[in-house]
Amino acid sequence: MRSSIAICFAGSGGAGAITAGSTFLQAAARAGYYGLMTKLSGAQVRGGEAAALVEIGVEPLDAQPDRFDVLIALDWDNVGKFAPEVPMDSASIVLADPAAGKPAEAIIATGARLVDFPLAQLASDVKGRGNMIALGAAAALAGIDSGAVEQSIRDLIGAKGEAAIAASLAAVAAGAEAAQSIDSDIRLRPGHPGRRWFGSGNEAIGLGALRGGVRFVAAYPITPATEITEWLAPRMGAVGGRAMLAEDEIAAINMAVGASFGGVPSMTVTSGPGLSLKVETIGLAISAEIPLVIVDVMRVGPSTGIPTKSDQGDLDLALTGTHGDAPRIVLAPMSIADCALTTERAVHLAEALQTPVFVLSDQSLGQTQTIIDEPTRRAEPMTRAMESDKSGADFRRYQPTADNVSPMPAPGVEGRQWVAEGLSHDEFGHPSNAARFHVAGLNKRRDKLENHDYGDIWGEVTGEGETVIVAFGSSVGPVKEAARRLREQDVAIKVVGLRLLAPIPKKQIADAIEGARRVIVVEQNHTGQLYRHLLGAKALPAEAESLARPGPAPFRPGEIAAHIA
Amino acid sequence: MELHLHEEAACHRADLTLKDFKSGVEPIWCPGCGDFGVLQALQRALAANGRPPHEVALVSGIGCSSRLPAYTSAYGFHGVHGRALPVATGLKLARPELEVVVVGGDGDGYSIGGNHFMHACRRNVNLTYIVMDNRVYGMTKGQPSPTTEADWDSDIAPGGVGVSPFSPVAIALAAGANFVARGFALDVKPLADILVAAMKHPGFSFVEVLSPCITFRPEEMDWKKAIKRNAIQTTSDRKAAMAAVMGADELMSGIIFEGDRPAYGQAHVAPAGMAAIEGEFIVDPAA
Repeated sequence: MRSSIAICFAGSGGAGAITAGSTFLQAAARAGYYGLMTKLSGAQVRGGEAAALVEIGVEPLDAQPDRFDVLIALDWDNVGKFAPEVPMDSASIVLADPAAGKPAEAIIATGARLVDFPLAQLASDVKGRGNMIALGAAAALAGIDSGAVEQSIRDLIGAKGEAAIAASLAAVAAGAEAAQSIDSDIRLRPGHPGRRWFGSGNEAIGLGALRGGVRFVAAYPITPATEITEWLAPRMGAVGGRAMLAEDEIAAINMAVGASFGGVPSMTVTSGPGLSLKVETIGLAISAEIPLVIVDVMRVGPSTGIPTKSDQGDLDLALTGTHGDAPRIVLAPMSIADCALTTERAVHLAEALQTPVFVLSDQSLGQTQTIIDEPTRRAEPMTRAMESDKSGADFRRYQPTADNVSPMPAPGVEGRQWVAEGLSHDEFGHPSNAARFHVAGLNKRRDKLENHDYGDIWGEVTGEGETVIVAFGSSVGPVKEAARRLREQDVAIKVVGLRLLAPIPKKQIADAIEGARRVIVVEQNHTGQLYRHLLGAKALPAEAESLARPGPAPFRPGEIAAHIA
Repeated sequence: MELHLHEEAACHRADLTLKDFKSGVEPIWCPGCGDFGVLQALQRALAANGRPPHEVALVSGIGCSSRLPAYTSAYGFHGVHGRALPVATGLKLARPELEVVVVGGDGDGYSIGGNHFMHACRRNVNLTYIVMDNRVYGMTKGQPSPTTEADWDSDIAPGGVGVSPFSPVAIALAAGANFVARGFALDVKPLADILVAAMKHPGFSFVEVLSPCITFRPEEMDWKKAIKRNAIQTTSDRKAAMAAVMGADELMSGIIFEGDRPAYGQAHVAPAGMAAIEGEFIVDPAA
């Protein structure tokens, strides 16, 4: 019996491949498994082909699978286009309806075994739909309890009424029955049913923002980040906040800055092209010391790039984007669950240090759904310093303090009026060209970030070994899975997942790589942006190596393990 | 559907004077700049409006006139070029009980910030937007703006840009502003009256102020004689207002339009606690 399997449901738009995948994933959760699901779609806005890539297992899953065990083709209309993203081999099987025509050449070329599976006939016999036949077959092949499948169907389509549920259940049963004759041994070991957490990285960012206290979000639609704002819109209202659809990316960040000036923790959400447009205002928020969370769900760039595919190429922009010397905090969540924790922490840091904080997620984290154990780790709240014992002519908005954080009263507080100022300013906030004020401001804004104790938010170290892999964001999952496999071959690997990318946690990195014989920085971009960032700051030894490979192809553990070995 | 915004009852003080809204910061403006008149009119209007300085926020972008917030005793935000309206929108929506006034110039509001101007009129958040229009970029020393005459000669466009200026009040009306007026910077008292009416009016109030630039457009000082006061018939009929301003002499001051569109609000959403939101993520076979 297997500990994990990977199944792809594919077909033309409207055939229901995504519904089959979602229901399968939900059923797996109920049956006590863990899982990941990635959706693929063609370039068309509506219609076109779609695929659900689902991996489930008895243990939590860190990464996309290297190969797929089963592909169920609801039809063959353009499904061949997905072949590069659904790696298969001679041990894989492809279930397809002979009535749907000849399988795609690219699928045949993988060497997978073709199994005739009369989806249309089976569906017609029970007056159901082909995608539910596929769901029943997949559940039977994986050995998922039919009760879990039934409950998931009730959860997902219950609103459509008993007749619709009955038709789906009949189709699932017919699919399961037909799958009995398939020669396959991919049944999973029994799962451990219990409470599971089910969601995507984009939803988790929304959750983390609410947990952290964000009560104002403004955004402009952009793939693959829009779902964060869509998830937040109704919920923000429910907790007494506001979500704004701005007229453009620049308006969105300026609205968030305005709301934050008003004393309300605020956030803007975007992807690479939008971040490019926002950078001038990021400099303003840094200079005027306005708290702000900026979420970038990275996609393939530059320019419009590949909007629906993942990449980690915005790191340079997040680290340095804007003119002048403008230090900022950059955080990157290293798993879907970590999207919530990292965003919550980002809100706290923005508020406590009165500065923009980046959350660098990416399409892969954002749009993958996962089943995991309920995350319990929460960040200790930190809040904005709004009180001051000075008022009137004595009140100085940018008064020097031990931690370089000055009182920031919100409008409405009597006697402490101040003007947020993008011009170089003195301690009162009055514009000044004087070198002493300008340099004092630069030092203040640098030191408040550099001297802050970020605690254990800086990153996570797993394993021990003289070979150390340093990674961030969505690369951490496949790196950890690669390390696990290498350990099975007695190769000792330590993984350093960095959550705090700026300011660089130099001491923690130095401790983590002490005694290492080999240090490899792994990231999904073309030029090794993290590698250059760390090397430039001498946070790594000169002989550190770089494994940088751009999107759109997802990082697979096998690829990383092969490079290290 | 338009939605109502519920603003907390604001305190009103009858004892405020112009002096309560002065700051000690010395303006950088050229002696004789029209913006001094606007500053004084705004300080008068704020006093008459009755909200104390700490309940007022002035938001601006970049340019000569955008320096104004520092010259009052209110809270202020001097942001980046052209983005004052979105900053003010975020502030007002987050803190609806504040009196939020946006100030800036023609380059800031009509050129680099033109998109926000259009959408602020359309969105109708309860803000007052004052544009000090001198028909020139003054801070960068004399380039033509979207309201500059086509044949105005300048170093950057010798012989003129050859492009007709647009009418800010016509654009504001077309885009849906709820209150549209034009004032003249040197008519301090009448301008103050317009500004008080703008602040009192719900929704987005737009006041275009003709504010002469004595340095780069000295001929604008002639506006003092040319301006037609009391020549505008205030209407609540947007079409009539539109017809009156299209192609009309821009050198007329007064309140052009007072509409009754409800100010931007928020759909009522049933309150939910964080526990309910957290629960959406849980799959529990035992439940």
